[in-house]
Amino acid sequence: MKPPPQDSAAGTERAISRILRIGVSASLVAISAGTLLAFVRAGGYGKEPADLARLIGPAGAFPRTAAWILGGALRLDGRAVIVTGLLLLIATPVLRVAVSIVSFARERDRAFVVITSAVLGLLLLSLVLGRAG
Amino acid sequence: MPRSGSNPRPARRRSSRSLSPVTPLGFTLTALGISYCAGLLGSLVGVGGGIIVVPALTLLMGVGIQKAIAASIVSVIATSSGAAVSYVSQRIANMRLGMVLELATVTGALSGAYLAAFVPGRGLFLIFALVLTYTAWSMLRPAGGSIDPVPDPLADRLRLHGSFFDRSLGREVSYRVFRTRLGLAVGYVAGVASGLLGIGGGVFKVPVMNLAMGIPIKACTATSNFMIGVTAAASAAVYFMRGEVLPFVAAPVAVGVLLGARTGARLLGGMKNSTIRIVFVAVLAVSALKMFAEGFR
Repeated sequence: MKPPPQDSAAGTERAISRILRIGVSASLVAISAGTLLAFVRAGGYGKEPADLARLIGPAGAFPRTAAWILGGALRLDGRAVIVTGLLLLIATPVLRVAVSIVSFARERDRAFVVITSAVLGLLLLSLVLGRAG
Repeated sequence: MPRSGSNPRPARRRSSRSLSPVTPLGFTLTALGISYCAGLLGSLVGVGGGIIVVPALTLLMGVGIQKAIAASIVSVIATSSGAAVSYVSQRIANMRLGMVLELATVTGALSGAYLAAFVPGRGLFLIFALVLTYTAWSMLRPAGGSIDPVPDPLADRLRLHGSFFDRSLGREVSYRVFRTRLGLAVGYVAGVASGLLGIGGGVFKVPVMNLAMGIPIKACTATSNFMIGVTAAASAAVYFMRGEVLPFVAAPVAVGVLLGARTGARLLGGMKNSTIRIVFVAVLAVSALKMFAEGFR
């Protein structure tokens, strides 16, 4: 049914679909599990309407350091597990771009190596820009 | 408005600022239900869920607009990546074209997300209301038009022309790409909208890709979706590092929108969606009015 594709292009497409599928599913599991943990464990979300104001207000932010996120996730702190899932979700398209750089390099398609590298550079810049802004 | 059927204490609709009687659990379930409906409706009519999630979170649930936008942009990554899986494996998305246009959409997203820190909340409400109005109008506008082909040496050099197997036609469809530069310009604008407002931006790109660049509509939506994941990741990273992404808000929104979009994709085969379109346009119009009101308060 499908036309016979070029081998390397088909390999890239397979790799890209797999990254997207695994990334999205894994992050969904982490986000759901983190939410459950935050509700059932002490020191999590709380049960009172007053807790809601805290959670959606300015105090709802969390320390954006690798130490807090990793440490928290290992202690099964609900919010840190959710943040891990959110980061996985953000990283999924970034990983997709990185994989396409490799496959274009293998095809010796110099123009597209440059284009996709520039996209990856912009994505990495976004992390720095967020800290600055 | 879509509401959750299963939440024990629904958020009060009376005023956008009153949320005192709602517990964290009630909020999470309501947000999950609303996001599920947004993802479902959005995928049935071919737009992302962000365009409904942001008005719902701000107008119905009292979340600040910056936090609502941040939660929405994260969910946009999930839906677009989820949809891209099937488009990429069915080879409908034009990945070469997508990667070129991503240069523009990602730059736009960075500008938009950066700009969002300096635009006051009222301004965001007004801009969002304008985009809602445009989206409602674009859904009512009759589709189609004639394409005026012009030679595009850039598209030739980068080999952007594409082909895909169209299942409904039962044959391979080949097409040439025109006006790549215009595509880059519109991609930048779509990226700014995405970064500033937490939406995918497909509503800006798809008509231009289809009518000016000569790309068949199926390949347009697939390629647009393919790009949106990367575009949204750029803005989400900015919002994340700035601390606007609240895990408590973003979690139910991401899960709800993604599950809703999956249900929608499954239903899509056997549904006649002219009624759904009208309902959707009505939801957009009401949201636009309320957001204008909020912006002018």
